[in-house]
Amino acid sequence: MGQRILLNADEINIILHRLACQLVENHTDFKHTVIIGIQPRGVFLAERIIKILQEEYGITDLNYGHLDITFYRDDFRRGEKPLEANKTKIDFIVEDKKVVFIDDVLYTGRSIRAALTAIQSFGRPAEIELLSFIDRRFSRHLPIQPDYNGRQVDAINEEKVIVNWKENDGEDVVYLVSK
Amino acid sequence: MSELSVNHLLGIKYLNEKDIELIFKTADHFKEVINRPIKKVPSLRDITIANLFFENSTRTRLSFELAEKRLSADVVNFSAASSSVKKGETLIDTVNNILSMKVDMVVMRHPNPGAGIFLSRHVNASIVNAGDGAHEHPTQALLDSYSIRERLGEVRGKKVVIVGDILHSRVALSNIFALKLQGAEVKVCGPKTLIPKHIESLGVGVETNLKKAIEWCDVANMLRVQNERMDISYFPSTREYAQQFQLNKSLLESLDKEIVVMHPGPINRGVEITSQVADAENAIILDQVQNGVAVRMAVIYLLASKINR
Repeated sequence: MGQRILLNADEINIILHRLACQLVENHTDFKHTVIIGIQPRGVFLAERIIKILQEEYGITDLNYGHLDITFYRDDFRRGEKPLEANKTKIDFIVEDKKVVFIDDVLYTGRSIRAALTAIQSFGRPAEIELLSFIDRRFSRHLPIQPDYNGRQVDAINEEKVIVNWKENDGEDVVYLVSK
Repeated sequence: MSELSVNHLLGIKYLNEKDIELIFKTADHFKEVINRPIKKVPSLRDITIANLFFENSTRTRLSFELAEKRLSADVVNFSAASSSVKKGETLIDTVNNILSMKVDMVVMRHPNPGAGIFLSRHVNASIVNAGDGAHEHPTQALLDSYSIRERLGEVRGKKVVIVGDILHSRVALSNIFALKLQGAEVKVCGPKTLIPKHIESLGVGVETNLKKAIEWCDVANMLRVQNERMDISYFPSTREYAQQFQLNKSLLESLDKEIVVMHPGPINRGVEITSQVADAENAIILDQVQNGVAVRMAVIYLLASKINR
């Protein structure tokens, strides 16, 4: 099994700032915008971006929640391992709001498909955007594309992209792992 | 650990502590789901569940049906009163006929103890026991423990007294198993005639004085006197029973602490519990009902994830 570094901490930092900047460009004061981190790994990314929005752009009153998609997945009883749920925390209504989904790796698009269904339980959003840190652009099973994109990666199906965050994994780094 | 150790929920006796933990953790997620504006998830859209009720039930049946529907399962209902059981069909035949219509899971209430276990050995479906005679009522015990955990933080180390008709109660037996498994201390309290012999062998204490029992406990689970299961007289009169074993306001006010009051329903107001106590803030009777849906969703979800495709 080999692994190589795709992005180091400095590169990740630059990308995070660019993504935050792009969000501000489109959403200005975030009055009608809600940020949703997709459980489990999208939450770390979402919290990083929110920190930048708060500290560098002074956007303080931000609606932020996390969404677990386990019960909406299309592979129930299909995988070898049973699915384990995470916490959903959305204590506001998304009706008529602009929703931004944040997830670390966009791969087949199936998680985002599930998230699109799941978010409807909280109302009818005005629009939904997707921010992904890594876009594995040739591996999609569904017609889903990101609106904000950290880095495009061309990886084959046998390879795995792993995004580590220092809060959870001790370091900021993106690995490409081959079996 | 994200899988149950069993393929059926026949009784608490067959579960381990990890199973209960997993059910509660999953129920936490479903409790959040049923408080959303849209209270439904599509997880079980390819699962069909038959609710077979060979004995009357309102709460349990509604609760199971809601749980199944909120998981998007297809549901068929069956009650013995309006069926071929009356014409002499056997239990296995009835169930096999229903299963041949491609049903994946059976939720069954039956007046005979062990009916669920019997069925699980003879038919090819996941079985959930929704009460079998005076034997077990596992989902009730799970939701009772879940409600204690929700109110008091944890079940371990808590003192729980179960008051009333222990002899005929499946709720009592399942609760004893569930509470002991989670490390609670348990006592039963009631007229001697309604406490089974050798119940101490399950590791529970026996108390015949309600006041002493209430002074000892953190949680009192008040059971209904099951007149329909009593073939002989176990106590002289309902009035005398109420005098000795009724939980009322003056008894609660005589304590120097607040205890949690539970009741599995249906309540006989004025017999085992007064209206004042049943409707008070420290009575979690309606929380139990709400938690029942979440806990049953968790049980069904976890069992369904083990059904082979």
